[in-house]
Amino acid sequence: MLTYLINGLSLGSVYAIIALGYTMVYGIAKMLNFAHGDVIMIGGYVAFCSTSYLGLGPIPSTLFAVVVCTVLGIVVERLAYKPLRNATSLAVLITAIGVSYFLQNAALLIWSSNPKSFPNLVGSIPNVVIGELVIPSTAIVTVIANLLIMLALTMFTGRTKMGKAMRAVSEDKGAAQLMGINVNRTISVTFAIGSGLAAIAGVLLCSAYPTLMPTTGSMPGIKAFTAAVFGGIGSIPGAMLGGILLGVIEIFAKAYISTQLSDAIVFAVLIVVLLVKPTGLLGKKVSEKV
Amino acid sequence: MKLLSKLTKNGYQNYIIVILFFAVFQILSSTGHISNSLKGQLVPIVVYVIMALSLNLVVGISGELSLGHAGFMSVGAFTGIIVSATLQNSIPNGSIRLVFAIVIGAVFAGVIGFLISVPVLRLNGDYLAIVTLAFGEIIKNLLNITYVGLDSKGLHLSTKDIASMNMKPDGITILNGPMGALGTVKISTFFSGIVLLLLVLIVIQNLVASRCGRAIMALRDNRIAGEACGLSATKYKMIAFVTSAAIAGSAGALYGLNYSTLVPKKFDFNTSILILVFVVLGGIGNMTGSIIAAALLTVLPEMLRTFRDYRMLVYAIVLILVMIVTNNEKARDALTGLLRRFRKKSVKEGTANE
Repeated sequence: MLTYLINGLSLGSVYAIIALGYTMVYGIAKMLNFAHGDVIMIGGYVAFCSTSYLGLGPIPSTLFAVVVCTVLGIVVERLAYKPLRNATSLAVLITAIGVSYFLQNAALLIWSSNPKSFPNLVGSIPNVVIGELVIPSTAIVTVIANLLIMLALTMFTGRTKMGKAMRAVSEDKGAAQLMGINVNRTISVTFAIGSGLAAIAGVLLCSAYPTLMPTTGSMPGIKAFTAAVFGGIGSIPGAMLGGILLGVIEIFAKAYISTQLSDAIVFAVLIVVLLVKPTGLLGKKVSEKV
Repeated sequence: MKLLSKLTKNGYQNYIIVILFFAVFQILSSTGHISNSLKGQLVPIVVYVIMALSLNLVVGISGELSLGHAGFMSVGAFTGIIVSATLQNSIPNGSIRLVFAIVIGAVFAGVIGFLISVPVLRLNGDYLAIVTLAFGEIIKNLLNITYVGLDSKGLHLSTKDIASMNMKPDGITILNGPMGALGTVKISTFFSGIVLLLLVLIVIQNLVASRCGRAIMALRDNRIAGEACGLSATKYKMIAFVTSAAIAGSAGALYGLNYSTLVPKKFDFNTSILILVFVVLGGIGNMTGSIIAAALLTVLPEMLRTFRDYRMLVYAIVLILVMIVTNNEKARDALTGLLRRFRKKSVKEGTANE
């Protein structure tokens, strides 16, 4: 029972980190970034290469993955999304899907479709044993990383100038621009942060589930997107709460109900929550002006 | 005849396109001008065209984003397969069996669509989209644990495995959980697909042009104003959603009976997205656009074969470029400028030659 809870928290923390990327981009650019899951996959591959081929340690290779993904996020935003700043949301959605196809197939060409077995980057830390309960080190690192990221992001959006600019842009783009905020740059920074987080999520995800394929990112991507909506899309604490709840529900459903139906149960819970609270757990209700 | 001309007066160009498409391919294939791989693509092309039309009814006409359309397709496909396998002995004629399979597949998908629309239509915008995605995944998951078998006593159903269906020794397994349908008798033909496509066009275009269709579009353009005029948003959106689900089910039945094996995993999120790509590239709300985009994009990976391993990469780049060119004014101006310069140049060369 406790083991399941710990596994759930660990998986949920990974979802939460991915969901943060979704939610921040959605809050500011009002777009569903379906390519986010594939950035996770790229992050995983970069970390894999830097440990296996370059022989870097866990922390340098994670940092390397973060840098690569951040640059990737900025480049993708500049080339694919920026020209569509004023287009309909569906057009941007399809472009994001195009980017997702592109990343998946680029990974397929570079790393082939054979699954790679990811080295456990946090394996060097010993597992914690309390009585009969074994807490895997991956779970501890994941949860701690999640808490640190959450804390850092809250500080960032609450205290710094850029963070305040982000909140302003997400509330009203036009008014923010009138106040002298560089909207384009703010959106780029958001993408950069989201993609950097995706790289961390990629490393943590692959440490827990060590098969790496070009399609590794898509299902966690969809689940994390669900988590973001679950918690109320656009809200940072919401993404955190949604991610963790989703992870716990998934692991418990797997353990007690059915392995094959666990995804269906997760989605069913999402539907029920949205019916009771149509804007997610912590989402704000925006009433439409007539 | 009079009724037919009345029914087809809206958007008649689409019927002409479809019939021309059929004629061209029929002539090409009878004279042996198409490759076998393209011949195998004919039914899928028709299926995807119907799927695009059906999704366009929800996304374009009703204005709600649906990300789970492949779910309805899979309901239709597997219902169709079960119906066809059950009627195998009583109706030996493949075409008549196909009609039964398509009709029952459409009804089933329509019923599922109705059940889903009740909760879905209480939401709006991106929340509605994510719930349709969730339902699509749930349908896929449920089909993954569905086992259906047939013996002399009738149909057997189980959610565990083949053995727990308790069939007689002569029983055959129709659906085998995650392995899907095995050993389906292929009865779909290009001709039957075209007939279904024409029927679907008649249904959709007449629905859009009717009083009901105008109500649906009014609610899309301004829900509050529409409701103030006494239109029930839920009712009209539901009509669009259920019709669309039933059409997707009919396309699914056609698709399912075109292959001897079919796994539930085929109808995942990526398939839903693929259909959405057809609709958006063809132009949201534009039926002609949907037909052309779905047909072209289904054949495109086939035509990009020369790029070999790079074909899906090229496909992705084409997709992004098309979206940017059609939606960004600067890019569009640059492109038209380039075309103009090119034309001028060729005109100049033409005069120099004279």
